This record gives sequence, C-alpha cells and structure tokens, in this order.
Amino acid sequence: MSFMQIQDLCVHYPIRGGFFNTVIDHIYAVDGISLSFDRGKAYGLVGESGCGKSTTGKAIIGLEKITSGKVFYEGQDVTNQRRKRNSAYNRDIQMIFQDSHSSMNPRKRVLDILAEPIRNFMSLSPQEERKRVNELLEIVGMNEDVLLKYPHEFSGGQKQRLGIARAVACNPKLIIADEPVSALDLSVQAQVLNFMKDIQEEYGLSYLFISHDLGVVKHMCDYISVMYKGRIVESGTRQDIYENPQHIYTSRLLSAIPSIDPETRMERKKIRQQVELNYLKKQHKYYDEHGKAYPLVDLSPTHKAALAIAGRE
Amino acid sequence: MWKIIVRRVLVMIPQLFVLSLIVFIMAKQMPGDPFTGLITPETDPNRIEELRQLSGFYDPWYVQYYNWMTNAFQGDFGQSYTYKVAVSNLIGERAFNTFWLAFVSTILVYVIAIPLGVLAGRYQERIMDKTIVLYSFISYAIPTFVLGLIFLFVFGYQLQWFPTSGTVSIHAERGTFEYVWSKFHHLLLPAITYAVLGTTGIIQYLRTEIIDAKMQDYVKTARSKGIPMNKVYSRHIFRNSLLPIAAFLGFTITGLLGGSIFIETIFGFPGMGQLFVSSIGSRDYSVITALVLLYGFLALLGGLLSDIIMSIVDPRIRID
Amino acid sequence: MNKLLSVKQLRISFRIRDTFYAAVDNVSLSLHKNEILAIVGESGCGKSTLATSIVGLHHTNHTKVEGEILYRQQNLVQFSENQFNKLRGNTIGFIFQDPLSALNPLMRIGEQIAEGMIYHARLNKTERADRVLQLLEQVGIPDPPRVVRQFPHQLSGGMRQRVMIAIALANKPEIIIADEPTTALDVTIQAQILDLLKELQAETQTGIILITHDLGVVAEVADRVAVMYAGQVVEEAPVEILFGSPKHPYTRSLLKSIPQANEKQGKLEVIHGIVPSLMKLPREGCRFAPRIPWIDDSAHEKEPVLHEVEPGHFVRCTCWRHFDFQEEVQLT
Repeated sequence: MSFMQIQDLCVHYPIRGGFFNTVIDHIYAVDGISLSFDRGKAYGLVGESGCGKSTTGKAIIGLEKITSGKVFYEGQDVTNQRRKRNSAYNRDIQMIFQDSHSSMNPRKRVLDILAEPIRNFMSLSPQEERKRVNELLEIVGMNEDVLLKYPHEFSGGQKQRLGIARAVACNPKLIIADEPVSALDLSVQAQVLNFMKDIQEEYGLSYLFISHDLGVVKHMCDYISVMYKGRIVESGTRQDIYENPQHIYTSRLLSAIPSIDPETRMERKKIRQQVELNYLKKQHKYYDEHGKAYPLVDLSPTHKAALAIAGRE
Repeated sequence: MWKIIVRRVLVMIPQLFVLSLIVFIMAKQMPGDPFTGLITPETDPNRIEELRQLSGFYDPWYVQYYNWMTNAFQGDFGQSYTYKVAVSNLIGERAFNTFWLAFVSTILVYVIAIPLGVLAGRYQERIMDKTIVLYSFISYAIPTFVLGLIFLFVFGYQLQWFPTSGTVSIHAERGTFEYVWSKFHHLLLPAITYAVLGTTGIIQYLRTEIIDAKMQDYVKTARSKGIPMNKVYSRHIFRNSLLPIAAFLGFTITGLLGGSIFIETIFGFPGMGQLFVSSIGSRDYSVITALVLLYGFLALLGGLLSDIIMSIVDPRIRID
Repeated sequence: MNKLLSVKQLRISFRIRDTFYAAVDNVSLSLHKNEILAIVGESGCGKSTLATSIVGLHHTNHTKVEGEILYRQQNLVQFSENQFNKLRGNTIGFIFQDPLSALNPLMRIGEQIAEGMIYHARLNKTERADRVLQLLEQVGIPDPPRVVRQFPHQLSGGMRQRVMIAIALANKPEIIIADEPTTALDVTIQAQILDLLKELQAETQTGIILITHDLGVVAEVADRVAVMYAGQVVEEAPVEILFGSPKHPYTRSLLKSIPQANEKQGKLEVIHGIVPSLMKLPREGCRFAPRIPWIDDSAHEKEPVLHEVEPGHFVRCTCWRHFDFQEEVQLT
C-alpha cells in the first residue's frame, strides 16, 4: 500500500520581461508530476540536465514552492505542512544531496551535525541523544572517534555516508537522494550504493533516487520514471523501462548509455544512430504541438508511457 | 540593451523622490534656522519673525516640500543667505571647477592604477608585485590632508612647479590658450594628489581579478592554442579582468566628486566641496540641501553609469 | 607502427612545502598514428597531470618534470615556453572538460577559433574566416555563419564542446589530447561527441590521448587503454583485452564496481581502504598492496615493473597471478 502520493505536482517559475518587467511567461520546471511511494521500495527519477528532476525532489520535501498539485502523506494532505518545523512529514521525509560537503555546516562538528535532526524532532535526554548518534555512526560504519571532527576532515565517500547518517537519524520513511554519488569516484560510489541498499533492507526505507546516471538508477531502483521537460514520459518497473521502452525519448536515452563491452561497440553505434534518426523523424508524434509530453497512458498495471491516444495522431 | 538602460533610468525616478524627501526632512531637523546666523544684538526680533513668515517657515511641511521641489525642478534652489546670490549660480560655477578636477583625476587614477594592477597581478608574489602592493598600502594609509600638504609644500612651495591655490591665474585672459593652460595647471596638483589616493582600490581589485583570471580554463585554452603569453594577457586575461573595473568607473567618478572636500580646502580650490564646508559653517540651508541633493543625485547617476558600461562591455548582459 | 609520441620514464613532481612528491611516477607510454589511447583512473591518479605536462601547460613554478617526452626526435621535457607555443594548437591540439569555462565569455566563437591560426598558419583574414566556417561544418554545427558571431553563452553545452573540438582541429594536428571531454555533458550529447571524435579521428588519422575516469567512455571509443593508479600505469592493453580479460587487481575491482545497465542487481565491488594522498604514497613495493590486504606479501614484487603477459598487454607487479576477490577467497 502506498504511504505517500504526489498528485499533479507543478513548479512554474515566472519569466519577467517586457518594459515593466511583468510576468510574460513561465518556465515549466515541473509540469504535472504524479508519483506514489510504497514502503521499502526504491524509485528512480532520471532525465537529462534541466528536465526538472531535482526541482521535483526539492518541491516534495519543501525546498521549492509548489505552484499547484498536492502531496498526501499517510492519507493526509500535507501540501501546506511541508515547510513547517516539527511536522511528522518533515521528520519522515529526508534528503541527501549531491555535494555532501557544502550541505554540512563547516563550523559544526560531526556530533552536532548528526544530533541536529534528533534535537529537532525527538525529545531525548542528552544521554539518549548521544546513544542515538553512536548508533547512527555504527550504521554508517564509522567509529566514535569522528564525533569531534569537522566535515573537511573526511573524504568524499565518508562525507556522503555522514549525510546518509544525518538523513536516517529520525527513522525516516522516505529518503530523497539527489544525485548522491555523482561526485564520487567509481570505487567510492560502489561503497555508498552498497551501503544505501543495506540500510534500505534493514530499515524498510523507501528511496526517491534522482540521477542522470541510468546505470546507477537501474542498479538501485525497483520503479523508474523518465522525465523530459518537466513531465514524466514513461514510468514502470526496471524491466518495463530497460527491456520494453515505449516512449521514443526513453529509447534514445537508453541507447546513449555507454557500455563496457568494446566488442559490440560498432553494433551499438549503429543502433544508436538508428534510434537518433528515428527520434528526429518521429519525435513530433510523441509530443504535442507545444513540444510537451502527452499525459501518461496505462500500458500494463505497472507500465505507463506518455503516448498520443490512438486516433489522435 | 536599450531596454535595460531605459528601465534603469525609470527606476531612478522613485529613488530620486525618496532621496529628496530624506534630504528635506533632515534639513528641517537641523537645529536653528537660517536667520540664526543673521541675528546680531541690533536685529529687531520682529524683523526676523517677518522674514520667517515671508520665507514660508510656518507653512505645513508638505507645502514647504512641494514649493521646494517645484522650484528645484526649475533650477531654483533659492538664495544663499551668506553669499546673497542664487544657489544655482553659486553651485554652477563651483560644480564646473569640481567637475574638471574629478575628470582629470579619474583619468589619472586609471592611467596609474591599470598598469600597476596588471603588473602586480601578472608578476604575483615577485618583487614587482610586492613593491606595488606596498605602494598601494602606503597610499591607502596616508590621510588625504597629510599627502595634500606634503605635495603642496614640495611641489608648490619648494619646487614651485605648480600654483598653490585658486583655479586660474589672474593675469590670464578668458578665451585664450593661456587661460585654458592656466586652469589645467591649477588643477593638476590637486588632481595628482587625488589620483594617488584613489588608486589603491583599483590596483588591489584589478590585481585580484588578474590573478583570478589567470587560473580560468579559458586561459588554459588560449595557451593550448599556442598563443604567446603577452597576447594571452592582452586578449584574454586583461579583457576579462577589466570588466568589473569598467563597472567601477561610475562609482569612481561619484566618489571623486563627493570626496573632494579635503582636497579643495587644502589647495584653496573653489569647488563644491569647499562650498559645502563653508555652507555648513554658516548654516546656509538652501545651499546645503541643494548640495546634498546634488551629491545624492550624482551617486545614483554613478550607479546608472556603471550599469550602462557593464551592459555595453559584457555580451552576456548585452545579448540575452 | 607509426609512433607519434613516446613518453619514457616520466616523473612529474609537485612541490609541497619545499619537498617534491611525484604525482606521476615512472610512466612510459606511446601514442601511434590513427589511434585513441585512453588513460583511465580515479581522481588523483595523475592522469590529468600527465596530459597537461606533455604540452607544458602545468604550473612551471611548483612542478618538476623529469624523463623523456619524445616527439619528432625532440625531448619536450626540455622545451621552453616559446618552443611549446610552436607545437600547441598547431600539431598538438587540446580539448578540455567543461566547454563553458574553457571558452572566453567575451569573445565571439569565430574569433576564438581563428585565434589559433594567426600564430600557426599562413592564412590571410578571409582564408581564416573560410577555414573557421569549414571547421564548424566539420564538427556538425548547424548554421556556421550565424554561430561565428555568437558568444559562448548563447550555445548549448554540446555545441560548445563542438566548438572546442573545432579549436583543437584548427591547424590539422597530429595529436589531440582530450581531458575528460564528455564529463560535463548529458549522456545523449556525450554519445554524439564521442561519435564525432571517433569519426574525425578516423578521417584525419589523428592520434588522440583520451583522459577519462569513465570506463564506459573508454569501451566506446578507445583502441588502447592504460589504467593508472597512484601515479603509475598498472595495466596497459588493447581495449578488447582490457575489458575481456583484465589482469591487474585494480582493473578487475574497478570493472566490478560499475553499476552496469546490463548486469543483475547485486553487491558492487568495493575496494578496501582509500587512495593514499600524494604525500603518504608508499614509494616502495606494490602500491596497490594495501588495498588487497588478504593477498600475501610474497605475491608482490619488491620493485614492481610492467610485465608483458601477452603481446601488447602489460601488467604491473606479479600479484595478479595470486589475486582473487576477497569474497571468493572466503568462500573457498
């Protein structure tokens, strides 16, 4: 049963222009996104830069103003509670950022960084708080020595783990991870991804995994949504998306992923160029007259794609 | 680009209104009134009262403000109580002197500061850089009047290279070349003093900009094209570093116009600054308010000038 | 084989508090005509340092370069800035990572491309302008006459990188050094740029040194690969061999840590420990030994060298013969 739903989320930024700087148009950064989250599942949101995937994540957690749309949490409309301190929503939905370094106050010690959410949301005695912080460190595989250190004393991977520790401090239900590993080297990235999977299984967490890296998303996520210009063009299970893509944009994106098999690269290149050619020729069928994706159509119980309804073409 | 400029000018209108209101209210808050200075033991109190009535002293503030503004728009800032001439004439003559002083100073500031800033930035941490930085700190630390007096003593009295006060020789006839030269000769020493003091900011700013630009990727690209270092400096680093300095120009001019008080007093140069000081001494309200308004206006104008320069030189602003 | 460039026992050291530390240590590589040599490794392995110092773009004040970089029977290590300027942008072109910051924001595209020709080619102004248009066409930019007058901020990321490639190609170089040329780009654009590079390379017979951290990119375009770890080349092989039968523990671990789109979900390989910092790098013995502590010390060479295990396939140290992943060791 899904515990959280996003309905028709829109984030529009006004474009000011003309002589008196009036609002002449909007940037449709996020334009009608609906998602729902089951407990213990990982959801991927992929797309190219500027498609609105990060804005979606920020809007869900309350870092961006929502233009329209609703957020339901445990059956309640929490759209206007997102920015309130101490709401259950704010405790249960946490975020991990791409640049863990700049998301931590450089003048605070690890102890205070990890204790901050605990102080905000749980009324614990100092002893209990300290105990919880130690637990968190254990979860992310670090020992107590680090408590008195400052963020700059850690490596990239360690900082990202501390960011995760901070996010799980109050036993959240959903963690929104915005490009959590893009800044990390391959071997460190593997470590962080493994670790995120471990805690997911152990604590029944749900993830919203925002990334441009289709390999990472495939590795991590059960359900994947592909975004293009503020709208979802296709969403489904991992198999739906990677093995049976229905929207032309998804196919194009998938064909562009480099593979580590040099033997087949010539064939892949041919396929890629075929897909690209196809995309140029047929893309008008997949977008409406304003270049926007169509509303999603159900293809199977799990698989949806933004296709023109038959007969409208 | 024109849109940006016109919009920017329009924004100045409410700014000017607020400025004039603040100036007016502050002037009203000052202790005493213009007639205080005229009172001698022989003055008839009734006569003073009569003058107050005449000058609108007892009108409600908004009536006074309205009268003052409408007159100001027509260039009429009233009469100077001490000089007994129209404020606009009084300021006009002085403003002319100050303007030329500021103009020559600005040119000198940039002529001195740009090469020094570029050299310091290019030869960062070398002797050249250290010397220039030392110079700029000394010129920053030295008070205006100290440097002014030293220059006056050395170049004016000892070496006799420059005249020591006034704006023009009394022997020069208007309209002749000699007259123009004499004017220039008179303002050169104050302008140099000024320039020496004004270079610090620009040298330091330009130096950091150059050091910053040196590290940019496009400089690496330029070097990877095989462009000789001198050309990399002139075509890439210099152009990009000068951008913020160009934007500085507007503010520099305003700063010079406003900051001329000490220099003009020391060099006996009859400009706006000197007038400002003497007007405060004699509580010449109409002159003070007019001058404050003018200075405020110039500050806004400086900002406008900077924005315009910026939008001309930076294609990222010029072309949306 | 037609050797364009060969690097022999190159050591590049940085000065940190009056001591020099080698960031690139005893590296020997060669680049042939009409091939893409990829140098791959994680941040801090010395790959970018190696690339920039080949053409003398490093900071001369704090860097010491020793060894040989042989190009046209000359040793570039001893070159002066003026001598380098005759090569750079002429017979050796360069492409950088972030095309936005690598282009001068105040200069028109046409001017930036033409600039390199002023110093190398004997062309007059109109010939240069024609060549610029021709280059833009060659790198697949639509409407060259318009783009020539535009500024970098008016172009998209992919178009900017095409402009960078045009700059590198301006004087028909023999060698192009591309430092992470697609890292700042989206995957679809990356694919386009890689295809373009490959096509241009085949067309012009250029030798390309491709610096990257992305093994996917390597597999897509490279002909030969050198894997670097802690300033040294640990494995070098033709691309099919490197991905088909990698030998060195580091290469094998890296390949197993990629969350690949084709593979089943499972645990990714995590390399034990962290990359040592430049100042703490072990200078003796196998540099990768601390990362595979379950392998016995006797498996490593005292002074590891590159061994040719099959024609064209070089592996450093002997530890690879005894290497198994930790989990596999524990299972048996």
